[in-house]
Amino acid sequence: MNKVTFNTDLCKGCGLCVEACPKKIITLAADVLNKKGYHPACITDAEKCIACAMCATMCPDVVITVEKNV
Amino acid sequence: MVVFKKPQSLSPVPTHYCPGCTHGIVHRLVAEAIDALGIEGQTIGVAPVGCSVFAYNYFECDMIQAAHGRAPAVATGVKRTNPDKIVFTYQGDGDLAAIGTAETVHATTRGENITIIFINNAIYGMTGGQMAPTTLPGQVTTTSPYGRNPMIQGNPIRVCEMLSTLDGLAFAQRVAVDTPAHVNQAKKAIQKAFQNQIDKKGLSIVEVLSTCPTNWGMSPTEALKWLRENMMPYYPLGVYKDIDAKEENK
Amino acid sequence: MSNKVLMKGNEALAEAAIRNGCLHFFGYPITPQTELAEYMAKRMPKVGGLCLQAESEVAAINMVLGAAATGTRAMTSSSSPGVSLKSEGISYMVGCDLPCLICNVQRGGPGLGGIQPSQQDYYQATKANGHGDLHLYVLAPASVQEMVNLVGRAFDVADTYRTPAMILADGALGQMMEPVDFDAALSEKREIPEKTWATNGTGMKRKRNVINSLYMNPDDLEQSIIDRFERYKKIEENETLWEELYTEDADIVIVSYGITSRICKSAIEMARAEGIKVGLIRPITVWPYPKAAIAKAAETAKQFLVVELNMGQMVDDVKVACECRRPVSFFGRTGGVLPTADDILAEIKKLNGGL
Repeated sequence: MNKVTFNTDLCKGCGLCVEACPKKIITLAADVLNKKGYHPACITDAEKCIACAMCATMCPDVVITVEKNV
Repeated sequence: MVVFKKPQSLSPVPTHYCPGCTHGIVHRLVAEAIDALGIEGQTIGVAPVGCSVFAYNYFECDMIQAAHGRAPAVATGVKRTNPDKIVFTYQGDGDLAAIGTAETVHATTRGENITIIFINNAIYGMTGGQMAPTTLPGQVTTTSPYGRNPMIQGNPIRVCEMLSTLDGLAFAQRVAVDTPAHVNQAKKAIQKAFQNQIDKKGLSIVEVLSTCPTNWGMSPTEALKWLRENMMPYYPLGVYKDIDAKEENK
Repeated sequence: MSNKVLMKGNEALAEAAIRNGCLHFFGYPITPQTELAEYMAKRMPKVGGLCLQAESEVAAINMVLGAAATGTRAMTSSSSPGVSLKSEGISYMVGCDLPCLICNVQRGGPGLGGIQPSQQDYYQATKANGHGDLHLYVLAPASVQEMVNLVGRAFDVADTYRTPAMILADGALGQMMEPVDFDAALSEKREIPEKTWATNGTGMKRKRNVINSLYMNPDDLEQSIIDRFERYKKIEENETLWEELYTEDADIVIVSYGITSRICKSAIEMARAEGIKVGLIRPITVWPYPKAAIAKAAETAKQFLVVELNMGQMVDDVKVACECRRPVSFFGRTGGVLPTADDILAEIKKLNGGL
């Protein structure tokens, strides 16, 4: 399975990854506040991830690491 | 297989930028170019005054913080004394196209063999949203509260077009960071701008259309849309000069 | 055999810089300094150096900043209005603790002023050559030979204490021709600390260096300034220079520097021939100021006379140094006018009669 890891504490909840994801499987966790006080981005359905890294490409804070299962 | 991770030459520290500010993307692209070319140990960066003043905290290479607008002059001093090192400046629109116009134009026309990363977000960010040399006609800022009126505040500057008239310029491309496709295009342009320096071709500049959600008064995603709809028509993307292309055409 | 050559002050200064290992010059034309840049343009390519004419004084000093940041010996030169433009960059260089040499071949001011010799930038050079709590190491030579002699010292002090240094000359010194012996000028070799702070690429062998004058935490900024002033204290202790003449028995001690001090020397000899006991203290560094010499003279002298080419900018420094224990009067011409020895002698006689 492909793997997307969020360095949650660095996330500023800007939502650029949410918009970039072609599979629409990223959301801002409404019930979580990180150290900075933002609702961090997280993945809702990891199974659907295609490891395209568009989320990471748009992230201004290098929060996301993407690994492709080969 | 890791398909995306933080580049080595980007410092592992959180940035001070506001949520959704695209400075972070461009910092990463610069670091990716430095990594790809394996030049971290030879690179000296010059930070501007403005929102990216703290750029000296975010790169693992040696860094110098310059006075407002003077980065191209500082970079000239670094490069002329260390011609085999790689020197880049990272400058915003106020720094590069207002207070530092003379330094920008003359470093370019001298053909200083350096790389300039120019962030155009049409506003002064650090001081809280004042009119920039690139603020669009009609755009509201705190010092153009009724919208920029060219009859009063004058017209914006198109930097790539202006510099393209100068012989010392090797490469000028305007890119944007509003979509993954454009970010990848920007990445290629920035890497080329560094490669040109390694190949001793002269000055390369990459103008990056960027957002300032906080001072534009919109959400980060709305800001990307505003950039597409308002900045891109006034500042068309594209390669404005490439001396390689000229050579090919001969 | 003497190796004396006849040279114009501006050109001699340039040659001295090159001989002291400065192979990077960034400048801009302005009268009466231009020959310095012209000499550099002619000479640098022949010694493997670089003379780059900048688009402005502002750019020139920032090029020096960039060069100095990499640990390279670099200099710029200008005249009064141009030095005002450089003051932004000078302040940044102080804030970044970067060494360099700046030459000010002074002309008349304010504004565009005139192109004749003047010492009107004394305040600027010694009190506020840029914003912030700062000093420069400022040398005020009185002859072409001394100008040449002091260049090596200026660079060495700049490198040792990580501060910009300035040669405060004037239009007369820059323009006049005098015999110079460069071999005699080479000062004793100093041990310069290694520039481990330089931003010349990590080579992946050390942690990155950052050259910066910005501090967001006021406590950090305060501490950086306190540390710098500790170094200023050492400069005051170790690098203050002055010359004294006839101070042991002088009733009147003239305090004068640069080209003016030479006219004073003539006037003093004339006065002595008439039996008037006049002496001279000539500050060679105007920052740090030779306070101790003035204080010592105040113990025996009856009064001080400050002579300079301005409206009395150094008077307060003499008053402070002698703690106002003796009267301090002033005589000078300004706007590019030089006094004659007779003018100064007349002033001496006036003061002598008034005692």
